[in-house]
Amino acid sequence: MSISVAMTVNGKAVSGKVEARTLLVQFLREHLGMTGTHVGCDTSQCGACVVDVDGKSVKSCTILAVQAEGSKVITIEGLAESPDKLHPMQEAFRENHALQCGFCTPGMVMSAIDMVKRHNYQLDEATVRRELEGNLCRCTGYHNIVKAILAAAPAMKSAGV
Amino acid sequence: MYDFTYHRPKSVADAVKLLKDKPEARAMSGGMTLIPTLKQRLARPSDVVDLGAVKELSGIKIEGANVVIGGMTKHADVATSADVKAAIPALAHLAGHIGDPQVRNRGTIGGSVANNDPAADYPGAVVALNATVTTNSRKIPADEFFKGLFETALADGELITSISFPKAEKAAYMKFPNPASRYAMVGVFVAKTASGVRVAVTGAGGCVFRVKAMEDALAKNFSSAAIKDINIPADGLNSDIHGSAEYRAHLVGVMARRAVDAANK
Repeated sequence: MSISVAMTVNGKAVSGKVEARTLLVQFLREHLGMTGTHVGCDTSQCGACVVDVDGKSVKSCTILAVQAEGSKVITIEGLAESPDKLHPMQEAFRENHALQCGFCTPGMVMSAIDMVKRHNYQLDEATVRRELEGNLCRCTGYHNIVKAILAAAPAMKSAGV
Repeated sequence: MYDFTYHRPKSVADAVKLLKDKPEARAMSGGMTLIPTLKQRLARPSDVVDLGAVKELSGIKIEGANVVIGGMTKHADVATSADVKAAIPALAHLAGHIGDPQVRNRGTIGGSVANNDPAADYPGAVVALNATVTTNSRKIPADEFFKGLFETALADGELITSISFPKAEKAAYMKFPNPASRYAMVGVFVAKTASGVRVAVTGAGGCVFRVKAMEDALAKNFSSAAIKDINIPADGLNSDIHGSAEYRAHLVGVMARRAVDAANK
């Protein structure tokens, strides 16, 4: 059964025809061609598919596209101000070499931004590690990811994002 | 995932009508269990009735000596609610340790309780606090609600609208989480309320259960020392790749003592 769905993705109005069972991540990747959001485990454990829906961090492999009808969605593609100016979290990941193969990175960055905002830009290492429980890095590169998030928190605050 | 017909009703009445009219329909609250179940083709509903737009089902209220939480209230909202933290901090703590931040942003209390996963956290709180489950048609006491593995007193098409938790004098929840899923290998909720002391165990068996011997001992002396010699028989407890029945039986004692100590802090 085909259903019309419309939402805002990274500030742009988008719409399409989906099946009821189409996942939000499928809509983003296969319908809109935005392949920055990754599918790692497809079982809501790894967090590679994390996006922001109406201000809440969610796993886009475990929400139907139709459930996001009318929502404001932010994906990894919507973070950088311009191709030359990364979001402070992306910049911190680059500076701290917070990625190895890079597959988990989009979800890590999205979860990291959400966690910094929820903790009002003030985080310690233990909090970051606990808050990352929904994101898996199978290269086990957590150490630099934690360093990057701790570095990005004040940078996000001073950049006002 | 097999395809289905999707509905997004705006009221409880419309949702109940859809569920009654379509015998193979399933209600979806946060979808944190239902969507993975559909993906694995373990369920094949003809229709999915998404409760996400039913505004009347969300929210937290204090009504006299009770905290009343709407069925569609998200775990993240219970975990961060000033009202819940003030009235029953153990309940906020429990909600804040379900799954991960993303799951807590979608998963709901009503969905968790209605699903009655043997390793879910909320059933422990519902039973230990002697909560009352309100549905679209009646009120069900905690002791009559959970019937067995994934089985509850809910009839077909019956929806949880809210759950009312009596405030506790003392309460704490301690769980030994599976390190991958965060589901409870064993979780023990200990509560001292106006109706007495209750000890509810989740994760260890097919369904949440109470430990009468611990409740009696704690009623006389609410300290971990009072239950240190009470052992739980391993018979009938869950045994899987994560832990044997004997291991879980041992954990019940450990988690119960830690919960009592935490409740006394």
